[in-house]
Amino acid sequence: MSLKIALYGITRDIVGTALIELPAPAPATVGALLEELRRQYPALGQLRSCAVAVNNEYAANDQALHTVDEIALIPPVAGG
Amino acid sequence: MTPHLSITDQAIDVAAVLATVQTEAAGAVNAFIGTVRNQSGGRPVRRLHYESYDSMALTQLGHVVAQAYEKWPMLQQVAVVHRKGTLNLSDVAVVVAVATPHRAESFAACQFIIDTLKQVVTIWKHEEYEDGTEWVAAHP
Repeated sequence: MSLKIALYGITRDIVGTALIELPAPAPATVGALLEELRRQYPALGQLRSCAVAVNNEYAANDQALHTVDEIALIPPVAGG
Repeated sequence: MTPHLSITDQAIDVAAVLATVQTEAAGAVNAFIGTVRNQSGGRPVRRLHYESYDSMALTQLGHVVAQAYEKWPMLQQVAVVHRKGTLNLSDVAVVVAVATPHRAESFAACQFIIDTLKQVVTIWKHEEYEDGTEWVAAHP
């Protein structure tokens, strides 16, 4: 299973691209994905928060990921 | 009542947003208008850029408004319009407008929507200063 992860705001600056593709075998859960990305990009761990969205909803760490999911990293929001 | 929710890269017409919530059943229209301030934490701001993950922002905004309808069943109409792209000082960044039969609920519902929007809606603010730029709230 491979995954595509969209990056917004400061996470795009940290990683240097708007979309990461993780080839198989990709992390199976939200928690495992965050752990892998923080390992590859330690600056992600310095953010106030970094959530993962799956199909436009905030996802818990134990949520399973699938190739067809729309996945995004969500750094601290600042609208309004 | 279907709320009017949008994220736009065009200047927001505040009067037009207010017009979308006005109804004969409501005696109160309450609006919050957020604008671009000339300083942030003491640093002079030159301009800023809002980035939006549109599909999620609209999904989350829909949840916020649904919560408001649950808390204040008398809510008649709701409109939320958020700007994205590059904004200059004093530009309108966001408008939240609600219509209710009486005023007390209109203040409460409007405040709830803007406060909750700031916590969950996927929009990011990149401020430009005299001496650099920063993603607002990114770091502790």
